[in-house]
Amino acid sequence: MDASDLSFFAEVLIGGLLSGVMYSLVAIGFVLIYKTSGVLNFAQGAQLLFAALTFVSLVERGVPFALALLLTFALMVLLGLVIERTVLRPLVNQPPITLFMATLGLSYVIEGVAQLVWGTQVHALELGIADEPLQFLGIMVSTFDLFAAATAGVMVALLSAFFRYTRVGLAFRAVADDTYAAIAVGLRLPRIWATVWAAAGVIALVAGLLWGARLGVQFSLSLVVLKALPVLVLGGFDSILGAIVGGLVIGALEKLAEVYIGPFVGGGIESWFAYVAALAFLLIRPSGLFGQKLVERA
Amino acid sequence: MRTVSVPPWTWPLAVLAVAFGVVPFVASGYVFDALLIPFLALSLAAVGLNLLTGYAGQLSLGTAAFMAVGAFAAYNFNLRVEGLPLLVSIGLAGLAATAVGLVFGLPSLRLRGFYLAVSTLAAQFFVQWALTKFSWFSNDNASGVIDAPTLEVAGMVFDTPLGRYIFSLSIVTVLTLLAWRLVRTQTGHHFIAVRDNELAARVIGVPVLRTKLLAFAVSSFIVGVAGVLWGFVYLRTVEPAGFNLDRSFQILFIVIIGGLATIRGAFFGAALIVVFPLLLSRAGSFFFGSWFDSGVLDMSQRIVLGALIIFFLAVEPQGLVALWDRARKRLFPARNSTTTVHAEPVEAPRKASTSSARAAL
Repeated sequence: MDASDLSFFAEVLIGGLLSGVMYSLVAIGFVLIYKTSGVLNFAQGAQLLFAALTFVSLVERGVPFALALLLTFALMVLLGLVIERTVLRPLVNQPPITLFMATLGLSYVIEGVAQLVWGTQVHALELGIADEPLQFLGIMVSTFDLFAAATAGVMVALLSAFFRYTRVGLAFRAVADDTYAAIAVGLRLPRIWATVWAAAGVIALVAGLLWGARLGVQFSLSLVVLKALPVLVLGGFDSILGAIVGGLVIGALEKLAEVYIGPFVGGGIESWFAYVAALAFLLIRPSGLFGQKLVERA
Repeated sequence: MRTVSVPPWTWPLAVLAVAFGVVPFVASGYVFDALLIPFLALSLAAVGLNLLTGYAGQLSLGTAAFMAVGAFAAYNFNLRVEGLPLLVSIGLAGLAATAVGLVFGLPSLRLRGFYLAVSTLAAQFFVQWALTKFSWFSNDNASGVIDAPTLEVAGMVFDTPLGRYIFSLSIVTVLTLLAWRLVRTQTGHHFIAVRDNELAARVIGVPVLRTKLLAFAVSSFIVGVAGVLWGFVYLRTVEPAGFNLDRSFQILFIVIIGGLATIRGAFFGAALIVVFPLLLSRAGSFFFGSWFDSGVLDMSQRIVLGALIIFFLAVEPQGLVALWDRARKRLFPARNSTTTVHAEPVEAPRKASTSSARAAL
C-alpha cells in the first residue's frame, strides 16, 4: 500500500468516524430514555423530524434564527411532557415490548402531525456553517463534520456533568439503577420521566438540525432512527459512552465497507451493513461494548 | 342456567361455512379484490408473526422480508422449473422463506428482547437490498416489477375475483388450521414456556434453542406463503418495494390490535387494518370535502393509526379479541362460561415474563 492509498484510507476512515458522530447524536437520545424508563423509543426519529421541520418552517416564515430556536426548544419540551401524560402514564406497568410498540404508534402520530402542519416538501436548512473541505495533513475533512463532532462532544460533556453533579441527574441515575427503590425513597417517577422525555426532545432538536442541514429537512429524516439502532445494539442500550463509541465504530465500518467491499457486490450495502456488523459483533460478545453485563439481555 | 355445551370448533366452523358458502354469493368483485383478498393475505401473515411474537415471545420487525422471500421464490420456482404445479411452487416458496427465517433466527439463540428485534431489521434491509440489487430474482426485468403467473390448480383457473378469493381462502384456511393445531400441541406449549420464562422452561426440560428456531421456521413458512398470496393473488405483481419496513410494522400492528397469542386476533386485526383506511377516506371527504386530498388522507391515516395503537395498548393490551370476548360474555352470559373454557385452554397471561419488571413502575 503506497502513500496515496494510505491517505485515501485515512480519508475514508475519518469521514466514517465523523459521520458516525452523527449516528451517536441520535443514539444518545435513545440511551437517555432507555436508561431511565426502560423504553426503546422508536419515536426518536419522528421527534427529530418534528423538531427540524418546525424550526425550518418558522425560519422560512421570517422568524429570527434565535427566536425560532427558542420556540422549537419550548415545543420539544412541551411534546415530551405531552408524551409522558398521554402515552407513558396510561401504560405504566406494561411489559417493555408493549411500551416499544406504543412508541411505534407514537412515531406514526408525530410524523403525521408534523407533515400535516408543515407540508411534505423538502426544505433546505442553512445553519451558517460552511461545508468546505479542510486540508489537514494532506487529508480532506469537512468543516461541517468537524462542527457536528464538536457539538456531539459538548452535548456528551454536558449530559455527563448533568448526570454526575446535579440533583435531577442523581434522581435519573437512581431511577435507572432501581426503579422500586427510587420510588421508595420518594422520587416522583412521572415527573422524572417527563423531564427525561423533554431532554430527549432537546437532543432530537440538536440532532435534527445537524441532520437536516446535511440531508435537507424531509420525511426521510425520521429514518435516521434506523441508523442509530445498530449503534445501540453494538454499544448497549444503556450506555452513553457505548452510543458514542458504537457510533464511531459503525460509521467507520460502514464507510470502509462501502468503499472496499461495496464494489464487489454492486454497492448500496449501507442500508444493511451496519446491522450485520453489529450482529456479528454480538455473536462474539453478547453484552455489547459497554452494556450492563447481564446474562439476560431483555 | 342453560347447560348447552358448545364444542370448541363450532365458531370456527360457522365462520368457515359463511366464508365458503355465503360470502361468494353476496360479495361483489370490488369487495373481493379490494377488501377480502388483502384481508386474507394480511391475516395469514399475522398468524405467522403471532406464532413467533405472540406465542414464542420473539419480537420480529422483519416480517415483510419473509413475505418478499416467499413471493420472489414462488415466482422463480414457477418461472424456472418447467411444469411445476402452482401449489408445489408455493410450498417450495414457503420452504425458501423458512430457510431464510432460520438464518435470521440464529441471533435469537444469543440475543433477547430489543436486541433481537433490532437484529431482525437486518433481515428486512438485507433481503430488500438483495432483491433490488440482483436482477436475476426478477428475471432481469428492467423495471424490477414482474407479472404474477396465472393461478391454475389441476386444470382449474382462478382468474376471477371470486376465484382468487376462493384460492386464498383455501390456503389461509389450511395453514390457519395447522397453526391452530400447533399451538395446542406440546410444541405450542414449549413456545409459551420459552416466552414466559426461558430459564424455567430450560429447567423443566424444554429444548429452548430448538423451540426458538422452530418458531422462526414455522412462522417464516406461513409468512412466506402469505407473501405469495399478497403478490400473486392480491397485487398480481411482485416488487421489492411492496415489502418494505412499513409492511413489517403493519403486520405487527395487526397482531397487536388483534391480540397477541390468539389465532383469531390476526383476523380481527387484519379486518380493522384493511377497512380502516377506506372508512377514513370516506369520512374525510364527507366532512372536509375537497380539502381532504390524498396527501392529507395519507397523513391523517398515519395519525389515526398511530393513535389507535396507543389507545389499544393503553385500554386493552389483549387486543380486539379480549374486547370481543367481553362483549360476547355480556350478551350470552350463561352459555359462554362453558365455551371459553374449552376454546382457549392455552392462552396464558402474557405479562408473566420477568423482563417486565424493568418497565414496571
